[in-house]
Amino acid sequence: MKSWIAFWNILKKDVKSYYLKPPNISWGIIFPLSWTLMQLIRSPGGSILELLPGLISMSVLFGTTSMLAVTITFERSGRSFERLLLAPISISIMVLAKIAGTVLFGIFNAFVPVIFASFFIDFSMVNWGLLLFAVLMIATTSALMGLLIAVSAEQVFEAQTFSNFFRFPMLFLCGLFIPISSLPVFLRPLSYCLPLTYGTDILKGAITGTNILSPLLSFGMLPVFEVALFFICRHNINRKWIL
Amino acid sequence: MAMVSVTNLKKTYGNFTAVDNISFEIEKGEIFGFLGPNGAGKTSTINMIIGLSRPTSGEITVDGIDVKQQTKKAQAIMGIVPDESNLYNEMDGFDNLCFCAALYGMRKEEREPKARQLLEQFRLKDAGKRPFKAYSKGMRRKLTIAAALIHSPQVLFLDEPTTGIDVESSRQIRDMILELKKKGTTIFFTTHYIEEAERICDRIAFIAEGQIVASGTVSQLMESVSHGHAIRFVIDKNAESSVAELKTHFKENEVTTSPDNSLVMVSDQRIPLFPVMEFFHDREIGVYEAREIRPSLEDVFVKLTGIESSVLKKDREKRGC
Repeated sequence: MKSWIAFWNILKKDVKSYYLKPPNISWGIIFPLSWTLMQLIRSPGGSILELLPGLISMSVLFGTTSMLAVTITFERSGRSFERLLLAPISISIMVLAKIAGTVLFGIFNAFVPVIFASFFIDFSMVNWGLLLFAVLMIATTSALMGLLIAVSAEQVFEAQTFSNFFRFPMLFLCGLFIPISSLPVFLRPLSYCLPLTYGTDILKGAITGTNILSPLLSFGMLPVFEVALFFICRHNINRKWIL
Repeated sequence: MAMVSVTNLKKTYGNFTAVDNISFEIEKGEIFGFLGPNGAGKTSTINMIIGLSRPTSGEITVDGIDVKQQTKKAQAIMGIVPDESNLYNEMDGFDNLCFCAALYGMRKEEREPKARQLLEQFRLKDAGKRPFKAYSKGMRRKLTIAAALIHSPQVLFLDEPTTGIDVESSRQIRDMILELKKKGTTIFFTTHYIEEAERICDRIAFIAEGQIVASGTVSQLMESVSHGHAIRFVIDKNAESSVAELKTHFKENEVTTSPDNSLVMVSDQRIPLFPVMEFFHDREIGVYEAREIRPSLEDVFVKLTGIESSVLKKDREKRGC
């Protein structure tokens, strides 16, 4: 019970202190909106429905990884993060609380292109349950990747630089806008090592009904990535932050 | 059973030994001071005890709890004030205290009245709704201490609590530490300030280059370096003219003069005052003052550690005091 009081208050503090701040809300709206508009202008004849899975994935990926990596690095440089390490709560609870706020922010990011697209297209075909599940999974894996970056970075600018090393290749490798089948053969195995590939494929299934991978494989792989990333993050925090 | 027990504690970073095989115990309700210059190993020691750093070797227990094995259980009874005030800049004083209380599992109905009480106790009631970033250095320090006390810890660790803050805030913090001691809280305290340690600590350990050079009560430490007794007499005649006669009369004592026209008499034994006063009286020499000269804790520190007190002063200046 005591751990959950701590969990809830860390989450509440992060949402209030970071995610509900005007610059972050505007980033959360403007960034996905700009990408959506850009894609629509670039391919006026293209189907919005086909573009939407990629736009949602990208919005979640960029929103979550940067937010968590930056906020944690910021708290570490101001030493307020020490308070969490010194509190009588397990590192697992602390990690869960820190990523929970980011996941919520990711879900908010995901629905900006959806709301925008709703003015132009009919969503009667969309499987909303599946879409929400995919968004949740993408947000969780991306948040954990953000945490992994935060553990490696000492300064905020380092966190931003490391984030980009992960994110930009993923835009091209995970089938967001370029089908994996169009990638050079030697790059394709790499695509299947990235969680976003599976999340985007579930989103495609939920929005257009056209999965490339077996839904069972995608549903199975995402939790595996999440558990693996969670334990790696926990191990790295223990090793690198408790000297 | 000691409240804090540290046995053969060692911390190395590569080839550098920050803490070198130190052992000490702190009894319940005691104020234990760690005195030493920058880089002596004070913060490294505190970080290992509070679970923020892993010892290379050695044992630490707090209230019988093995800190290495049960870190979180031990942290639940600790209050920690780090060397830098590390609360959340964007949150106000009240919210900061409530947040810290929540980290210890305190419910809203417990933490809010406690936060209000601490704001009042630390004279920060009016600043309670101001963001932490708008606080002065002294206020930041006081709120950081209040945050460490929010869950009523049994042991309080204070790393340089008064460094870099104004005189009034320092005094308030010292009073608060003494008040906590009265309530039975055990306090581990590191400082650069010799006079502060002397004033409030029950026992002090001098730490230099990762090793405890000496430890004990202030009087024990003083006795360890003081060999002999000395009395200073301030008289109304020229002190120089009385030295020769005093030396003849009190052959077993060494007699010298000071530039302020006083006489200093030193002996291996305690010096009986009456014969000396009689000597002055017979010669119609007025005595304004007769005072036993004791070495200061600063003298003891310098003698035992070989570190000049100016080094500590420089450390304080570096930290912006």
